Amino acid sequence: MRVLSPKTKLELPAASINEGFARVFAAAYAARLDPTMEELADIKTVISEAVTNAIVHAYPQGGGTVYISARVIGSDTLEFVIRDKGKGIGNVEQAMEPMFTTGGEERSGMGFTIMQSFTDRLTVWSREGKGTKVTMTKRIRKPAHR
Amino acid sequence: MTVEYTSLAAGGMLTLAGELDHHAAAAAIRRSERLLDEHQPGALVLDLAGLSFMDSSGIALLLKLKKRMQMIGGTLEVQNTPPQAYRVLVGAGIDRLIPISKRRKEA
Repeated sequence: MRVLSPKTKLELPAASINEGFARVFAAAYAARLDPTMEELADIKTVISEAVTNAIVHAYPQGGGTVYISARVIGSDTLEFVIRDKGKGIGNVEQAMEPMFTTGGEERSGMGFTIMQSFTDRLTVWSREGKGTKVTMTKRIRKPAHR
Repeated sequence: MTVEYTSLAAGGMLTLAGELDHHAAAAAIRRSERLLDEHQPGALVLDLAGLSFMDSSGIALLLKLKKRMQMIGGTLEVQNTPPQAYRVLVGAGIDRLIPISKRRKEA
């Protein structure tokens, strides 16, 4: 039986209250591939990190929108794209270094490290004045191989 | 989320419950630091059993508490860490800085 998993999009106002909503959206989308509890927890964690980055850094003047899309690649891989149209990151390499942060006291600078650890692939595109796009893929192991 | 303090024979315990993300972190850090300033325990146990979610915002809170405890010459240990929070902390290498247990600390 062919399972249809069309690309699904969500637009959220860039406000911290929506971080939990983004996690629930990603977890609900991922459920169609029957992930383990651990895989599901990893997805919620990396979405939280990427969406939080957009909320904290993209729109320092306030306002703005965070765009999330989810799709299934092949039969077993999830792809999530988190995009903003904010100020962009001047130096992506530096931003991805562990403990590097320009955020407030509640930020640890470990977001990208966690995104890298918990996904199979992480790509960050950013241009100053244009915005940032974070693409993450995660392969969900089939039950037979668990 | 909630932050509560309990006095123990040897120090004190901070109990966190709920979702510790960026939305909750600043208030949780402020409340934790205020409780530590008030009680000044020589040894602090941080109990995470009630956390339903934690991202890197939790790391910021832990590092703040460790710094605070170092300033007053005390120790910090983390207990009852749920699996998701444990993966975040170990994935970021925080277990090399602070003792982190999945179980309750032995009395």
